[in-house]
Amino acid sequence: MFSLERVVDLPLVWHGLIGAAIFLYVVLDGFDLGVGILFPFAPSETCRNRMMNSVAPFWDGNETWLVLGGGGLLAAFPLAYSVLMPALYLPVILMLLGLIFRGVAFEFRFKAEGRSRALWDRAFHIGSLTAAFMQGAILGAAVQGIRVEGRAFAGGPLDWLSAYSVMVGVALVCGYALLGATWVVMKTDGITRDWARKAARWAVCGVGLFLLAVTVWMPILSERARILWFSLPNALFLAPLPLGAGLLLLLVWRDLRSGREVRPFLASLGVFASAYLGLGITLWPWLVPYEITFRQAAASPESQSVLLVGTVFLLPLILGYMAYVHWVFRGKTSEEPAY
Amino acid sequence: MSQTLDPVLLARVQFAFTVAFHIVFPAFTIGLASWLAVLEWRWLRTGNVVFQETYRMWAKIFAVTFGMGVVSGVVLSFQFGTNWSVFSDKAGNVLGPLLGYEVLTAFFLEASFLGVMLFGWNRVGPRTHFAATLIVAAGTLISAFWILSANSWMHTPRGFRVGEDGLLYPENWLEIVFNPSFPYRFVHMVVAAYLTTAFVAAGIGAFYLWRGRHERHARVMLGMAMIMAVFVTPLQVLFGDLHGLNTLEHQPAKVSAMEGIWETRRGAPLKLVGWPDEKAEATLYAVEIPKLSSLILTHSWDGEVKGLKEWPREERPPVAWVFWGFRVMVGLGFLMVFTGAAGALLFLAGRLFNTRWFQYLCMAMTPSGFVAVLAGWVVTEVGRQPYMIQGVMRTSEAASPVPAGSIAFTLAAFVFVYVLVFGAGSYYILRLIGKGPGSTEPPYGAHGLKKPPLVLGGTGERGGLDV
Repeated sequence: MFSLERVVDLPLVWHGLIGAAIFLYVVLDGFDLGVGILFPFAPSETCRNRMMNSVAPFWDGNETWLVLGGGGLLAAFPLAYSVLMPALYLPVILMLLGLIFRGVAFEFRFKAEGRSRALWDRAFHIGSLTAAFMQGAILGAAVQGIRVEGRAFAGGPLDWLSAYSVMVGVALVCGYALLGATWVVMKTDGITRDWARKAARWAVCGVGLFLLAVTVWMPILSERARILWFSLPNALFLAPLPLGAGLLLLLVWRDLRSGREVRPFLASLGVFASAYLGLGITLWPWLVPYEITFRQAAASPESQSVLLVGTVFLLPLILGYMAYVHWVFRGKTSEEPAY
Repeated sequence: MSQTLDPVLLARVQFAFTVAFHIVFPAFTIGLASWLAVLEWRWLRTGNVVFQETYRMWAKIFAVTFGMGVVSGVVLSFQFGTNWSVFSDKAGNVLGPLLGYEVLTAFFLEASFLGVMLFGWNRVGPRTHFAATLIVAAGTLISAFWILSANSWMHTPRGFRVGEDGLLYPENWLEIVFNPSFPYRFVHMVVAAYLTTAFVAAGIGAFYLWRGRHERHARVMLGMAMIMAVFVTPLQVLFGDLHGLNTLEHQPAKVSAMEGIWETRRGAPLKLVGWPDEKAEATLYAVEIPKLSSLILTHSWDGEVKGLKEWPREERPPVAWVFWGFRVMVGLGFLMVFTGAAGALLFLAGRLFNTRWFQYLCMAMTPSGFVAVLAGWVVTEVGRQPYMIQGVMRTSEAASPVPAGSIAFTLAAFVFVYVLVFGAGSYYILRLIGKGPGSTEPPYGAHGLKKPPLVLGGTGERGGLDV
């Protein structure tokens, strides 16, 4: 049967692809979740309308990366999918419920009036906040490790909940707020933009603090992480990542002061990329930390091959037409009624 | 509490709840997307603004429905793992790529071009906008292709082997994707979605005619819907029959449950109604038409029809669910055929748009498609029990190691959130229907006008006043 096993290192390629899909999800849905997190703090109804309009054409496509992350994990690493989902049962479902509230708010708030509009504004905010926090908590829980016996999760329903996972949850809320604020700076003008600039500076401070906290806490939590990041010569090779993240944050800060509108968003993406890469290195080669590696979790070579063939053609196509949609809706967002 | 609840049953109830809620939305949007493409095409060809206004009204309803479909669908892509992790682990090799292809070929396409379709009127030209509508419509069909292929494989699994480790491994992708029940299920479901939309459009059109509002738009809605009702409902009866015969070949126990037949016999009667009693192993109070069941299933008056007693009790599906689901679906199907026939006769008599009783009938039939689709899915999914993958894996062996308490908690949360959110969605859709076409002020920059200068917020964003 058809298989690319001899030609490419399938599990490695898929590990990279799923990793990329999850990264794209984090930064893409990150900015629209961030807009939701900042939503109630905007100075006026007009600002909120513009913020909503700036993400309305994109949120659906952004969220599809999450479905690809989930569906792709099932396809390429079914064992990891079937251990992680029960292990992270409650945070995953709470995240999904949060995403429901914020997703429908896009449609509902423009059709609602008066008090019910305020209700959907709140749903948009709380939903975004819940989804962001739960995603962070899921990440924190994964870093702490998952208990496995045989081919199944062997822990309890609240294993995921700890001081560390709560902190990562709050950290991600901060990170998404940074993406959201810099996005709004890029896509709006006037009062909305000026307010977003202030919000972005708060977020920069928050992200800086939390990156520091994670860097200090992780080595205390995990012997492996300490050896990986703080022993020579590793430390020298890996130093560019935290340093780069720090410098990019400073760049965001400076650009916000000097009135730049696009680069803060791009630099924030860079901060996320550095943090994500650092995380990937820490967790390597585990898919279910610290029990199942990506090689152990891999689907059969035939399954990984058949999906890879299509992905090679479809992924560039998808990125292409998503870029086209961003081009169609380029420039600043007006407050026009949605449609 | 947890000890007394059966986690497998809870996982089933939860999945049934979320998937049943979800299917309502695609059942509507698949047909609606295609209909919108037809409306926009008619408008571009004729320049008749009625088509455009009708398009705009239904595009808003489409947006709300599609949004609800997206958020309820994202849930499902995780529930395979949260509820059925053993199934995901064992069948992931086979079903994973199918679901992966659904995301890659359909979801991104729909999600990206939906933005252009809804918000792009004044940002792209009319041809590009029409292309976006077409792409969204195609995306809904591609999505149906993959998910129904995966679902059909669970009914008629082919092209795989069971490894020594108990996992399933793909052997032949063509056999997996085009498994025996897939072509029938795909056609039956897509046509069902088209009819669901048609009967909604007919009902709303009839409502406007009855109230004497938006008459030109209402004629488009009711007229186009009747074309579907007249020509497609009879075809659906045929497709349904073929699907049933396919089920008889591959899942005979399901068909016996549909028919409520317990004893194997020749010349079996058709039970119109009755109460299947699993303890007594009989269908009580049955009203029967002699020999008709044999005729339908074997196309011969004296053909042999297998009864449920052919299978041990633990191999039988829950009979009453399947039996009644089937009757609801078929009953509504025949009502649809009747509506179509009546519509055709009224049209020939020149009275399609002004016959009162027909308007009432169409209004009453508005939700018929949704109910029929749900009933049909109950028949096919409950009819597959006790198996998750027919003959390969039992549902009781497929569940996740999640305690009953967690499932009960999230089930309650799902019920609360879904009723609230989708109740509100239905309310907003009803309001959009109440407003009707053309009543909302058209956004600036008519269709065809390319990229007008950006219009900023009316209230003094530029002047720096209080905004």
